[in-house]
Amino acid sequence: MELKMFILVLGLLVGSLMPLGGAASSPDTGTGHGGSHGNKDPGYAKNGNGTTYSKKPFPVLSFDYEHVRLPFEISLWVLLASLMKLGFHLIPRVSSIVPESCLLIVVGLLVGGLIKLVGEDPPVLESKIFFFYLLPPIILDAGYFMPIRQFTENLGTILMFAVVGTLWNSFFVGGLLYGVCQLEGHKLAYVDLLSCLLFGSIISAVDPVAVLAVFEEIHINELLHILVFGESLLNDAVTVVLYHLFEEYSSVGLITVTDVFLGIVCFLVVSLGGIVVGAIYGILAAFTSRFTSHTRVIEPLFVFVYSYMAYLSAEVFHLSGIMALIACGAVMRPYVEANISHKSHTTIKYFLKMWSSVSDTLIFIFLGVSTVAGPHQWNWTFVVATLIFCLVARVLGVVGLTFVINKFRIVKLTSKDQFIIAYGGLRGAIAFSLVYLLNPEHFPMRNMFLTAIITVIFFTVFVQGMTIRPLVDLLAVKKKQETKRSINEEIHTQFLDHLLTGIEDICGHYGHHHWKDKLNRFNKKYVKKCLIAGERSKEPQLIAFYHKMEMKQAIELVESGGGSKLPSALPSTVSMQNIQPKKPSQDRALPQLSKAREEEIRKILRTNLQRTRQRLRSYNRHTLIADPYEDGWNEMLIKRKKMKELEKKISQMNNYLTVPAPPPDSPTIARARLASDPQAWGLKSVTESIPTIKVDLASPQSPESVNVVDEFSKKGSQPKEEEGGLTMKVPSPAKQRKDKTPDEEPQQRLMRCLSDPGPAAEEEDEDEPFLP
Amino acid sequence: MGSFQSLPDDHQYRTLSQKTGFSLEQIAILHNRFKQLSQNEETLRRDDLKTIQDLESNPIRSQIIEAFFDSRNFQKEGVGSVEEIGFEEFLTVMSYFRAPPQHITEEQREEMRRAKLRFLFNMHDTDNDGTITLEEYRHVVEELLSRSGALGRETAKGIADAAMLEVASISVGPMAPDEFYEGITFEHFLKILNGVEIETRMHIRFLNMDATVLCK
Repeated sequence: MELKMFILVLGLLVGSLMPLGGAASSPDTGTGHGGSHGNKDPGYAKNGNGTTYSKKPFPVLSFDYEHVRLPFEISLWVLLASLMKLGFHLIPRVSSIVPESCLLIVVGLLVGGLIKLVGEDPPVLESKIFFFYLLPPIILDAGYFMPIRQFTENLGTILMFAVVGTLWNSFFVGGLLYGVCQLEGHKLAYVDLLSCLLFGSIISAVDPVAVLAVFEEIHINELLHILVFGESLLNDAVTVVLYHLFEEYSSVGLITVTDVFLGIVCFLVVSLGGIVVGAIYGILAAFTSRFTSHTRVIEPLFVFVYSYMAYLSAEVFHLSGIMALIACGAVMRPYVEANISHKSHTTIKYFLKMWSSVSDTLIFIFLGVSTVAGPHQWNWTFVVATLIFCLVARVLGVVGLTFVINKFRIVKLTSKDQFIIAYGGLRGAIAFSLVYLLNPEHFPMRNMFLTAIITVIFFTVFVQGMTIRPLVDLLAVKKKQETKRSINEEIHTQFLDHLLTGIEDICGHYGHHHWKDKLNRFNKKYVKKCLIAGERSKEPQLIAFYHKMEMKQAIELVESGGGSKLPSALPSTVSMQNIQPKKPSQDRALPQLSKAREEEIRKILRTNLQRTRQRLRSYNRHTLIADPYEDGWNEMLIKRKKMKELEKKISQMNNYLTVPAPPPDSPTIARARLASDPQAWGLKSVTESIPTIKVDLASPQSPESVNVVDEFSKKGSQPKEEEGGLTMKVPSPAKQRKDKTPDEEPQQRLMRCLSDPGPAAEEEDEDEPFLP
Repeated sequence: MGSFQSLPDDHQYRTLSQKTGFSLEQIAILHNRFKQLSQNEETLRRDDLKTIQDLESNPIRSQIIEAFFDSRNFQKEGVGSVEEIGFEEFLTVMSYFRAPPQHITEEQREEMRRAKLRFLFNMHDTDNDGTITLEEYRHVVEELLSRSGALGRETAKGIADAAMLEVASISVGPMAPDEFYEGITFEHFLKILNGVEIETRMHIRFLNMDATVLCK
């Protein structure tokens, strides 16, 4: 039913898109394809040679399409792309077999075909649009959320694959193709060596967009993911240098040794320069974010704009824009995240995911459309040879490099890993755009290149993209572990780091732990002081992690609430007194809140609506589900305060309600029970004294909405045995200690939340638009 | 050092090599370092290790030094701590930081993992009773945060408590309110650090150590 409605809407949309799309080619293109036929003017009369103007009635309604053509078309394309994405997930079976990128290309082909049928020229993926508008969001998204630790641990391997691997691929493919062209004779003899090498260099680069699109769906283990993905990002520098080198000199037709040498220098300049530019902008962004405590609303803007500027600045000097973007994101992230408010963090995350998602969709659709549109020149030999050589080169390259790399690695790459790395070398739109940029005068074989590239792209995306998932399952490759980082692991990781550094010092060996430690200390001593505002600059990593975890647990607790089993590694039924050595007094000490704080908390509770929405669990671009941690610092802290309040109230009451704990219910039972009789809980009297939580128990909208009251009542009835999260936080002396700590720390955090006004300072509603 | 020591050392090195798994060159390098630290004496004392400058800034410095003098780590069934150690003990402690060799069986890997984790466990379990109590764990966390001043000390307790709760819930599961969780036993310790690949993370690259770049 849903599906039919959807298809109907889609049909209408495509129908309207066709004439409009055909009427003008892709936005920004200078070549005017076709005329616009949108100008129907019922109001004015067109006089051929008339000088007089007959008076017509005032036009109440006029149609002026030219006016808005450009933005209209852009929006229509974006809308189409997004609806497509929506559609795929409504058809469950298809989306589990075929990766999204394939489906999108198919859609692009269909749309392009339709446009062509109508007789118009379909728009082509303009390189400028691609490189300036579509590519940066994807790369920024990848760079900002890059797992730095794994990346640096495997940096050597990644660089080997990116630099040496790409070089090998380019020369292998280019050289062999030249050989084939010479052998073939008649049609291909005009393809000279340099053009072949140029083609080789364009096609050999693994494409980050395609890799991301496919790898995100298969949830492969982190090592392989970072290897292939890191390679696809870092090979940009190599591609840029080779491309410019061959393009410049192919007209001359000759390359000397000096040129090669200059090429190597150029490579270093391009990559390091890109990184430096990115790092500078990253530091600027971090520094700016230090002062944004009063204008929280525009914080995300700084992140985006500085990053984009880094990209553009690098492009000015023909440095590697991708590396600049990655460097910028990676450098600014730790400092920016320490400075910005929680809502800004969420905003940045969602905006980046949204933009990169839309970009990615558009890229694939346009790829499909361009295939239909682009001038083609099919040559069996050339295309087939290209395909075969690409695959062979990739396999040989990976195997050979792994052999060398494994000598230096502790965790060796097995042959399964090698297979996945080789198989994951997908080509994509970057290659296409680079070929498209070639000047047809200098390169008469451009169309043939275009055709060959499109074939290779299609092959890798369709065949490899579709089969990689079953292959991963077949080969039993390790998948990504979904476990959350526990506090114990964090403690021990830190402990290990220090231990290894110490042992290195004892050995007298300046290993990389030593340098890492030095870098960390430098960072802590100087850099953090500059770039992080206020108290947070001194917060050690372990404490930051601990606070984050507390927050996460508090939110999760409220979310899943009640007696249901909590998903994470929360200690579910162990409470503080289980581990505390026996103390003489078993009564719970009250959190000593100062009067002022109490007043403040009461005010917050009074003015805030506690409406729990459906929070979602894990996070991934395709599913766009977020982890609960990120939403609402504010609400979470308030809930915590509320729990404390409740705790206080209960312990002040003399009658200790010793209702034995009902067995932990399944969520459905808890829901059913509460939904049917919200007044069943005997602690109504308690909750009355606290500003009430306006929870609509009867509303079926979200199961979580009932759990707020559930948890509070339950909390009262079983003070001792509880989900560990509650007892751990609230009655424990640890909590009390926390309150007695210098007020400024929690105070400051409270301030941070409170100083984030949003559209309406009193309400929590501003989050609503972000989540449905 | 010098050539007059080479003959007896060779034989000594070979036995050591068999015992600890280091290669002969690695042993020679480490021996040089040992001599440098102990000022050419036969045994090493705590003070000798304390003179290493780079160790000053390490928050868990004292625990690392203690680990060298803890006879539980000498693989000899001893207990308690000693005042001075010889080269053999030094080497034995160092051998906990070797990387796993390329071709080992699952059993050997597991054994290596256990040995390394046992080393870590011993570092935490200072009173040698086989469990890490809450107090000991708190001490660990406090040491880790010892460079962070007042802020560190107060949250250290909270962190240690949270960590302990986690271990308890993972290892023991639901507990009644009057049950008491004694402390982290070695088995529990293994369980909670299941996710961390100790055998590959806990290693120093001994291969490319060069005697000439020894720091003071």
